[in-house]
Amino acid sequence: MSDSTAVEETAPQRTPLYECHLEAGAKMVEFAGWEMPVRYGSEIDEHHAVRRAAGLFDVSHMGEIRVHGGGALDYLQRLTPNNVAKLQPGRAQYSALLTERGTYIDDLLVYQMAKDDYLVVVNASNIATDYAHMLSVPHPDCQIDNHSDRYALLALQGPKSLEILKRHTSTDLENLRYYHFENGQIDGKSCIISRTGYTGEIGMELYISPEDAPHLWRTLLASGADDGLLPAGLGARDTLRLEAGMSLYGHEIDDTTTPFEAGLQWTVKFAKGDYLGRSVLEEQKENGVDRQLIGFEIEGRGIARQGHRILVDDESVGQVTSGTWSPTLEKAIGTAYVPTAMATEGDPLTIEVRKRRLPARIVAMPFYKRD
Amino acid sequence: MYPSEYLYSKEHEWILVEGDTCTLGITSYAQSELGEVVFVELPEVGASFNSEDEIGSIESVKAVAEIYTPLSGEIVEVNSDLEDAPEVVNDDPHIEGWLVKIKMTDPSQLEDLMDAEAYQEMVDEAS
Repeated sequence: MSDSTAVEETAPQRTPLYECHLEAGAKMVEFAGWEMPVRYGSEIDEHHAVRRAAGLFDVSHMGEIRVHGGGALDYLQRLTPNNVAKLQPGRAQYSALLTERGTYIDDLLVYQMAKDDYLVVVNASNIATDYAHMLSVPHPDCQIDNHSDRYALLALQGPKSLEILKRHTSTDLENLRYYHFENGQIDGKSCIISRTGYTGEIGMELYISPEDAPHLWRTLLASGADDGLLPAGLGARDTLRLEAGMSLYGHEIDDTTTPFEAGLQWTVKFAKGDYLGRSVLEEQKENGVDRQLIGFEIEGRGIARQGHRILVDDESVGQVTSGTWSPTLEKAIGTAYVPTAMATEGDPLTIEVRKRRLPARIVAMPFYKRD
Repeated sequence: MYPSEYLYSKEHEWILVEGDTCTLGITSYAQSELGEVVFVELPEVGASFNSEDEIGSIESVKAVAEIYTPLSGEIVEVNSDLEDAPEVVNDDPHIEGWLVKIKMTDPSQLEDLMDAEAYQEMVDEAS
């Protein structure tokens, strides 16, 4: 792979699994500077496979930035709003990179690999921005390296995912808890096996070296075929994450929104020292926010999409951030920002979808929760 | 793959001409680009349109495509089966997945359409 900082200007990058995707009949699209599979066959079938059996995703476009050295903990505490001191080796934490205004530069996972050694996993579209930002924050006694090229990342998700992976590893998956990980082996190849995901199902994310990725991909697909495992593309990934109420950078969160607005205040901790955005977030905790992210269901025929306006008496009071057809609920769902005073579950909304006005209703998120 | 008795528009629609009545649908290429169709919004029977007007839309899980008529005329029939079975647009785009029938008012507009061979060439270049 080439240097990830060149993403914007050059031809789309390819993950180590590019050939595997073509082999599986993928329709490829450009996403965040990468040529990625959007679907292999039916994205609705891929979605249901993850909810009912298992799905295998290539998410190698994600970025991995290593932070290590005696100053790593202090640096990450200053950089992110969650409490990194709560981590131990073998545990991961959902957090963010925030501006001084408390708005998102990106959301991310922090993995503690060992004492003074962390791996920060970021969105593909933001790797260059995140890395530059991380370097710009003072980091005494701390080394920051963009290791995105050193990892391929597969996500094996769904109720059958443990059963499938168990055949290929001696790691005790049953006792690997959510947001825990282990440095293990799969078919003799080193792998970080992480009990994390972006689908609302149980599952694992597997960090492996790029050269081992095609073999692992083919092995898992063959192994899980009788269990109903399907390769799943970005299309299913998006409908799954939205049903599960998980935010996506560029939609629910961006450099104009804060964790309190996005309903992610649980990632913001104040029992720690100063960090970027802290004073704004303290003020928002104290006084509340003017707008809030809500989930909605469309009550008519049609789908609201990102950018569509929420109307009250013909005035725009907010915008849709994501909208899709939900294969599980069999209705159109979405997320939007609305004035806090309007953010009441059960209340009706009017959304302007092209030339039409669609009735919708505010509902609790997540839209879908596994049993 | 593309029926030779149809004409085709640049917007990936097919048109079957029978006298002055034209049946319109989207091509197999168009449905495959869109992905699974979940809603089809069609015009009212009796509505009149000019060529290049938007007459409806097709929503898939991930995208929406507006339907533009290449022909001026009046809508004389719509495929109301698609309301309950929009997936037919994916399964059988060239026959059962037809969208509307238009009584055309200006047959000279047919001259702007492509035959199957020219359409196939356009699709080959796009993919």
